[in-house]
Amino acid sequence: MLQYQSQAVAKPYFIAAIALFAGQVLFGLILGLQYVVGDFLFPAIPFNVARMVHTNLLIVWLLFGFMGAAYYLVPEEAERELHSPVLALIVFWVFLIAGALTVLGYLLVPYSSLARLTQNELFPTMGREFLEQPTITKIGIVVVALAFLYNVGMTVLKGRKTVINVILLIGLAGLAVMFLFAFYNPNNLVLDKYFWWWVVHLWVEGVWELILGSILAFVLIKVTGVDREVIEKWLYVIIGAALITGIVGTGHHYYWIGTPDYWQWLGSAFSALEPIPFFMMTLFAFNMVNRRRRDHPNKAATLWALGTAVMGFLGAGVWGFMHTLAPINYYTHGTQITAAHGHMAFYGAYAMIVLTIISYAMPHLRGQGTAAGERQQVMEMWAFWLMTVAMVFITLFLTAAGVLQVWLQRVSEVPQPFIAVQQQIGLFYWMREVAGVVFLIGLIVYIASYFVRGDEAVTTAQPARV
Amino acid sequence: MSTRFTKNAARNIFYGGSLFFVLVFLGLTFHTTRALPERDHRENITEQVVRGKQLWEENNCIGCHTLLGEGAYFAPELGNVYQRFGNNKEAIKGFIRSRPPEGVPGRRSMPQFNFTDEELEALAEFLKWTSEVNAANWPPNIQG
Ligand code: HEC
Ligand code: HEM
Ligand code: HEM
Ligand SMILES: [Fe+2]
Repeated sequence: MLQYQSQAVAKPYFIAAIALFAGQVLFGLILGLQYVVGDFLFPAIPFNVARMVHTNLLIVWLLFGFMGAAYYLVPEEAERELHSPVLALIVFWVFLIAGALTVLGYLLVPYSSLARLTQNELFPTMGREFLEQPTITKIGIVVVALAFLYNVGMTVLKGRKTVINVILLIGLAGLAVMFLFAFYNPNNLVLDKYFWWWVVHLWVEGVWELILGSILAFVLIKVTGVDREVIEKWLYVIIGAALITGIVGTGHHYYWIGTPDYWQWLGSAFSALEPIPFFMMTLFAFNMVNRRRRDHPNKAATLWALGTAVMGFLGAGVWGFMHTLAPINYYTHGTQITAAHGHMAFYGAYAMIVLTIISYAMPHLRGQGTAAGERQQVMEMWAFWLMTVAMVFITLFLTAAGVLQVWLQRVSEVPQPFIAVQQQIGLFYWMREVAGVVFLIGLIVYIASYFVRGDEAVTTAQPARV
Repeated sequence: MSTRFTKNAARNIFYGGSLFFVLVFLGLTFHTTRALPERDHRENITEQVVRGKQLWEENNCIGCHTLLGEGAYFAPELGNVYQRFGNNKEAIKGFIRSRPPEGVPGRRSMPQFNFTDEELEALAEFLKWTSEVNAANWPPNIQG
């Protein structure tokens, strides 16, 4: 059922992504409980350790998803086999084992011992948010990225150079290049913070948007049959808007870290425009689906594609805009408002785009034909709604907690201490935890949908509409 | 989108616009790095401050705390803890030193790191230096 045999290497990447996703959510629930039952699992798994596991698993499963997406769609776009399927499988195991060892390191020894064990003092890069990995792991990530880029790059070079392939490749190369700033850790905290954002912000509000856009464009071409020319034009406009606003938009992180005051103006102005590309993605997805030239039997994949466009706009565009202007950010900086936005944006834009391509590709990879059977799809769509609605509620509860936190701790006449405030808003953290459990149920339904049996797979596309 | 706006035009906007703003951003970065010494008081970054930052990192304090508003939201902001503790390094050291190893029942707890006096001094120096960075009047009040 695959157009090119080597696309099959995407499958282990997707399976690993889903497994690590499950791990991420379990640790999210531990964190959520520690928020209200302060000494839960203390001192065995302190909050900071569970948090590292939660966020690092998130990044790693998204990277597995991006790589799987590239291995799946690049050959199809380039109209040739992958340069080296063997290399792709070697890289898979190297990445998985390095990732597993790192997470075990977090969980089994105190972080300072891990730092000593991996000789952090020789080349200190550890202990910064999202970049907690030992230096040796970071080097491993670079090696994995290089081998991966070489493999996909050669495939594109030797084959048809579609816009989707070129943009995806620029995005992936940008991801690797920006990660190099993870190795820059000056003694001066202000400089450290300044360039830390070159990894974090220039990923999610920069090069990752190219990856997001090109995967979305690929799936939309497949499920709607709309002319490639139209889709490619949209793609250029979207990613153009993303980089034009997002690069200087980095300034929304340079308000209160010791950088000059002009960033308050620049950061506010440019980042206020950052929702535009996310809004265009929503228009794009709905427009293409409305203009579809065929009814693709994979309804679930279409649902995910529309879902990621909407939720990415809500999480990144709307919740991002909410706190991006300097006078507002002055009060919301580093509160539950940030956490609310971080959750919905990561889920809506990046978790969901990976789930979109998995949903589209898996039936092909599993030899089911163009789409999974009816029952399996219905289950997957239940999982979509459970997870997505749960994430909406997680975001709403965190936003409510954040507004109260800002008020009690930063705005009111008699500002109260941090811990005192946290104790007063516990109710919202409990509700967030309940929504998190619903999210987990959705994820279980999602995984279970792959094990549905006795279902007629849909092997042929339905007749064209026109 | 209308047919007069061609794919080539869109492509040129993408490449031209991105390149332009990369250059603008690099220029701004250059200017910022020139302007920083006045605000970060790097002349006060002593060996102890450097050591303090290293301890801060190797114990992953950022996994619970924010520092200048960035990090985790589980425990108090520490960018101004020096002022909150009455400009008193001893108070900071005393707090870190006195964390019960098994935590405080039912309350969010901070680990006991078993730091030496020299390490505690370095951490306190690092937090003091951080509190003196000109962060445009942030946080809004002493509670962080
Ligand atoms: C597992 C989470 C965790 C880690 C890791 C952690 N802390 Fe804390 N810290 C807390 C909590 C929770 C409090 C509030 C305790 C209380 O009020 O009972 C706190 C309070 C503090 C305070 C007092 C702040 C105030 O305003 O009352 C200081 C100073 C401090 N921590 C420094 C550090 C340093 C330095 C490190 C790293 C070496 C660190 N912490 C690592 C959780 C943590
Ligand atoms: C999919 C894209 C996005 C993702 C995944 C994302 C994710 C995140 C995350 C995880 C943080 C917290 C970082 C930290 O730990 O310190 C954050 C902070 C922030 N984001 Fe986004 N974001 C996205 C897009 C946007 C957009 C488009 C805007 C503006 C319109 C925005 C505005 C902000 C602001 C202002 C902060 C700083 C919050 C603070 O001061 O504490 N984000 N984002
Ligand atoms: C389903 C249950 C989940 C729960 C209960 C949960 C809980 C938490 C908690 C408590 C934190 C730490 C906040 C802090 O620093 O104080 C956190 C961080 C984070 N989580 Fe989750 N999480 C869940 C799922 C997810 C999912 C599905 C995603 C994304 C796909 C996600 C992405 C993140 C991110 C990006 C951060 C860092 C936020 C920041 O720095 O602002 N989480 N989570
Ligand atoms: Fe940002």
